[in-house]
Amino acid sequence: MSHTAHHRPSALYALPAFGFFALFAALPMVLVVYLSFTSWGGLGLPEPNGLQNWSRLLNDEAALASMWRTALFTALAWAAQTPIALLIGVWAAGRQRNRAVLSSLFFLPLLLSTAAIALLWQALLDPNFGITQAGPLGGILFLGDPAIALYTVVFVITWQYVPFHTLLYQGAARTIPASLYDSATLDGAGRFKQFWHITLPQLRYTIITSSILMVVGTLTTFETVLILTGGGPGTATRIAPLHMYITGFSGFEMGYASTIAVLLVVFGTGLSLLVMRISRFRSMSSQQEGL
Amino acid sequence: MSTQHVTTTPVAAPGPGGPRPPVSAPRRRRPLRARLRRRPNLLAGVLATIWLILVAGPLYYMISSSLRSRSDYLSGNPLAPPSSPTLENYWTVLEGGFTRYLFNNVVVTVATVLIVVGLAVPAAYAIARSTSRLVQRGFTLLLAGLAIPAQATIIPVYLLITRMNLYDSLTAIILPTAAFALPVGTLVLTNSLRDVPRELYEAQAIDGAGAFRVLRHLVLPLARPAIVTVVIFTSLTAWNGFLFPLVLTQSESTRVLTLGLWNFQGQFGTNVPALLAAVTLSVLPIFVVYLIGRRFLLSGLTAGFGK
Repeated sequence: MSHTAHHRPSALYALPAFGFFALFAALPMVLVVYLSFTSWGGLGLPEPNGLQNWSRLLNDEAALASMWRTALFTALAWAAQTPIALLIGVWAAGRQRNRAVLSSLFFLPLLLSTAAIALLWQALLDPNFGITQAGPLGGILFLGDPAIALYTVVFVITWQYVPFHTLLYQGAARTIPASLYDSATLDGAGRFKQFWHITLPQLRYTIITSSILMVVGTLTTFETVLILTGGGPGTATRIAPLHMYITGFSGFEMGYASTIAVLLVVFGTGLSLLVMRISRFRSMSSQQEGL
Repeated sequence: MSTQHVTTTPVAAPGPGGPRPPVSAPRRRRPLRARLRRRPNLLAGVLATIWLILVAGPLYYMISSSLRSRSDYLSGNPLAPPSSPTLENYWTVLEGGFTRYLFNNVVVTVATVLIVVGLAVPAAYAIARSTSRLVQRGFTLLLAGLAIPAQATIIPVYLLITRMNLYDSLTAIILPTAAFALPVGTLVLTNSLRDVPRELYEAQAIDGAGAFRVLRHLVLPLARPAIVTVVIFTSLTAWNGFLFPLVLTQSESTRVLTLGLWNFQGQFGTNVPALLAAVTLSVLPIFVVYLIGRRFLLSGLTAGFGK
């Protein structure tokens, strides 16, 4: 042991990375909890104010409404993205030449920044000069109608993030052993049966990973909404992370805004753990079936 | 020479394209599979076509509108090709501060990549080879960082950066961007180094090589595919980053591309063709990379989440 010890790297090789990460990523995570118990306007130092922020949050209807809006937004985004990404991913996993060419087009939205995507869709959906002028959709205020705006934002978010999840599913679908499909074909199972009884169970861990990334991501992302609608019209698209950003950086109530940030992280982590627990239970029972 | 041996050793790149089991079905079953395949999957084909239109349509609109004159944009059919294509919008953008934003973007991206690779390579080497408990604990902390959403930390990061007197500088963007890219980078590199056969390390030890020499002559060449993945993942994150520039900078001299695009929207007003020209220009560098190395780019995008 001592003979080879000096050939092994010492802990010093890893410490710069750990230190850097601790300072600029882990410390902020701790600080945000501290800040939620302070009052801070962005200048000077934060001043502790006990539970004031938290008790204020409980009676803040705008903040609570933004939380509900976020829950709806996240649920819709998950429900829209998962089936599309799953189906296209499985389809794109095929080795056929036309699929390879088409899927290289499918992934193009991945190359665009959030800002580029939001600005592009804003131009596209412009009620006067956008794409709605050309087709049967004329006259619909996709971003200006409070009853529609949230769904439009979900659509844009779906457009933005489906390619990433498609990639996850494509990679996972390619690792499913072909022999499983071969024996199912011999047994006379059709395409739909094969998808339901082989593809889906084999992809369960990918579904979990993808869903967790999606839920935690959607709970906290606000950049697309900020550019697309700024939270409007009215407060129709003011989801909680955007409410946090506006409260902190426009209203300069950074202590109070931290309270919302903490809540979002708690919800995100809680949901991830819940998904993992449920899925572990499920996967045990399906493994007994021999899949 | 041991290094020669090293460079010819194949190392499986992590990520979704990674291990593909060979199709090992016995021969006589082939015709069955072929028969099934010949029946076209109508539903999937229809869905794929719809998605194709949804993806290609907006991108076509982006490029075709950026080539329109303003009057053409205001009066023409938005989906028809431009009546008299012009590059004037691109000149408007290039004269409107775009080159400065582009330069800032390059600085931020290069610096972020250098920090991440410079810190993650030795760290991954230590994590893969060291028996120190401190190192393994640190790795656990780093992995927990994968779950931290950057948005939730913008207020404390703003506090830190203003306390360090870095507000409104490119350094302010670089530091947190690198810190948040570090967990994925380290994870990808560690996975690839753990796949290295132990015998290779032991051969180096018998040659009397110290840890640093092993890093240079064994780890660096072997980790090259993983390093490419990390470089691409980090570059894309930094290049397209919006959140940290948004809260950590304000003046024009520190403006990066994404904020520049947003700013163009106000600056150009109703000149949407110019805005879309700017958007197109901002995507161009990444698009070129995509054409050259699609496989690397896609594996870089899902780095760490592949399996």
